[in-house]
Amino acid sequence: MRALALVAGLGLALLAGPAVAPAQEATPPLPAQAWPFEGIFGTFDRAAAQRGFQVYNEVCSNCHSLKLVAYGDLGPDGAGGGLGFSADEVKAIAAAKQVPDTNDQGEATTRAALPADHFVPPFANEKAARAANNGGLPPDLSVIVKAREGGPDYIYALLTGYKEPPASMKMGDGMNYNEFFPGHQIAMPQPLNDNSVTYGDGTQATLSQEAYDVVNFLAWAAEPTLDERHRTGIKVILFLLVLTGILYAGKRRIWAAVH
Amino acid sequence: MDAPRKQNALVRWIDYRLPIFTFMEHELNEYPTPRNLSYWWNFGSLAGLMLVVMIASGIFLAMQYTPQVDLAFDSVERIMRDVNWGWLMRYIHMNGASFFFIVTYIHIFRGLYYGSYKAPRELLWMLGVVILLLMMATAFMGYVLPWGQMSFWGATVITNLFSAIPLIGNDIVTWLWGGFAVGNPTLNRFYSLHYLLPFLIVAVVGLHLMALHQHGSNNPLGIDRKGPQDSIPFHPYYTIKDMFGMAVFLLVYAAFVFFLPNALGDPANYIQANPLQTPPEIVPEWYFLPFYAILRSVPDIWFIPSKLAGVIAMFGSIGLLFVLPWLDTSPVRSARFRPVYKVFFWFLVLAAVVLGVCGAHRPEGIYVVLGRIATLYYYFHFLILLPLLGKFERTRPLPTSISAAVLKSAPAASGRVEHA
Repeated sequence: MRALALVAGLGLALLAGPAVAPAQEATPPLPAQAWPFEGIFGTFDRAAAQRGFQVYNEVCSNCHSLKLVAYGDLGPDGAGGGLGFSADEVKAIAAAKQVPDTNDQGEATTRAALPADHFVPPFANEKAARAANNGGLPPDLSVIVKAREGGPDYIYALLTGYKEPPASMKMGDGMNYNEFFPGHQIAMPQPLNDNSVTYGDGTQATLSQEAYDVVNFLAWAAEPTLDERHRTGIKVILFLLVLTGILYAGKRRIWAAVH
Repeated sequence: MDAPRKQNALVRWIDYRLPIFTFMEHELNEYPTPRNLSYWWNFGSLAGLMLVVMIASGIFLAMQYTPQVDLAFDSVERIMRDVNWGWLMRYIHMNGASFFFIVTYIHIFRGLYYGSYKAPRELLWMLGVVILLLMMATAFMGYVLPWGQMSFWGATVITNLFSAIPLIGNDIVTWLWGGFAVGNPTLNRFYSLHYLLPFLIVAVVGLHLMALHQHGSNNPLGIDRKGPQDSIPFHPYYTIKDMFGMAVFLLVYAAFVFFLPNALGDPANYIQANPLQTPPEIVPEWYFLPFYAILRSVPDIWFIPSKLAGVIAMFGSIGLLFVLPWLDTSPVRSARFRPVYKVFFWFLVLAAVVLGVCGAHRPEGIYVVLGRIATLYYYFHFLILLPLLGKFERTRPLPTSISAAVLKSAPAASGRVEHA
């Protein structure tokens, strides 16, 4: 048992290793938020994530793509059971977007998007994206929550971390000051403010509420199968606990004959 | 013991022509095993389990993965999202690599502590080192396949090591890449080799087991079995003990797969590879960090540039293990009876951990100093300490037999087996 405890300890000790960030410009530690999808029993808060979809759809999607997610993923047939939208709602969400296609004559046309289509990117290509954004490239947000140190806490801190630059700091042309961005100079202007959107369910659209909601949405987009993973994990652990007990009893019994 | 099986006519018919049943009976059922193996001896079978888990999950992933630079990243994400239970297969495989290495490293350190590499088990040990090298190559190439930022830049850094070879280094790197940078040909050949090497590992594991069964397991006392009173049959005693250990191990492994699946990985690998953007820090997976630290610890030595010296030191750190059975001159196997070696063994463990920590940090300030001290200690331990200890260490008296020692430490009345 000592040996096996050591395995766990070793694994945990090694977590600290690669997770260390470079010590460039000091950024304050990320304020930890309580996310509903964290922990062994964590599940997505679908109401918050749906509001977050609205924030993404009305604000973020003007610059940021979400290419790994299909409109159908929002509905009941989506990966991991979807975001709670009905099939009809998903069709309406998709139909509001246009995707390139070819007609029977082989000419380039566009058509209304279908649930099977992936989220339509805001720019045709990287050059167009850079030209529209002061030379910066807005990253795709599909797995952004998994792709940043600190995950959801970092995205939340970034969205709520815009400030006036300190007088001593020389800001680059068109750059914005953000407390939590490495180096503090970020090309993205503050994207969310109070009342950037109007929620249909009556929730007050404060900056912190919008940031919280959109991080819930992006966490879902990064791993829509998380609920299923947690549910399965609990069953697997319970099964293994019983199996371990049975095997331990068997081991004791068989070895009782030897001395 | 084998009488009941042979009663079946079909089994008899087959066994007469192909003695597979006799073989299994001999190698699993009757196979005599020291009666005093501790739980440290579970890690060999755990490594075997992980090899099977990795091959099984890998085969399913290969059915969905696309080895093409524009599609690889998205194909892995499609496995996570759209393939039924794809997320499970991928997290099993991804975390499985870490757990395969944890188990293997413990297995190796157990061998070091109890002198399992000494005569007549030198070839058994050397085959194990071959398996380690194959594992490292397989893991390195597997990490490139998801084509994230760390995949790409890790591959660039590691393949570039070969450019340290004088005169032909750069040509070798171009040849390895199949071009003038890590690119599509590199990804394709890494995928091909990543699928091939595990089966070579299976073959070498077969030889490893053949060598093991020739003289049987070493044991915590490090003395040979002297007669039947020192042995118990592998089945059922060690089959049940191994299975119990596997269940405990699977609990820890499952906790990571289901609840901390990305804890051992680098977030940067969820960013698609971009040859035009170097990440602020390029770090390998945790199981390579000690070797990475050795690589970066070596300064210019005389006329050898530090890059070449670092590469030599890194590969040398594993190369040393091949000749370990001859570097350690002590006739006593187990550290239990080697009071001085026992202390230095823990220094070696400490050096390995320190190197791991140094590998995770930029080679600046204290990490340079610590990395160099630990690297020096590693070489000192194998090249100077072990040859000398065999000559000067006063070892403790060995017990006359395994059964004598076992009965002494656990009186027969209690009916317990020593678990060391």
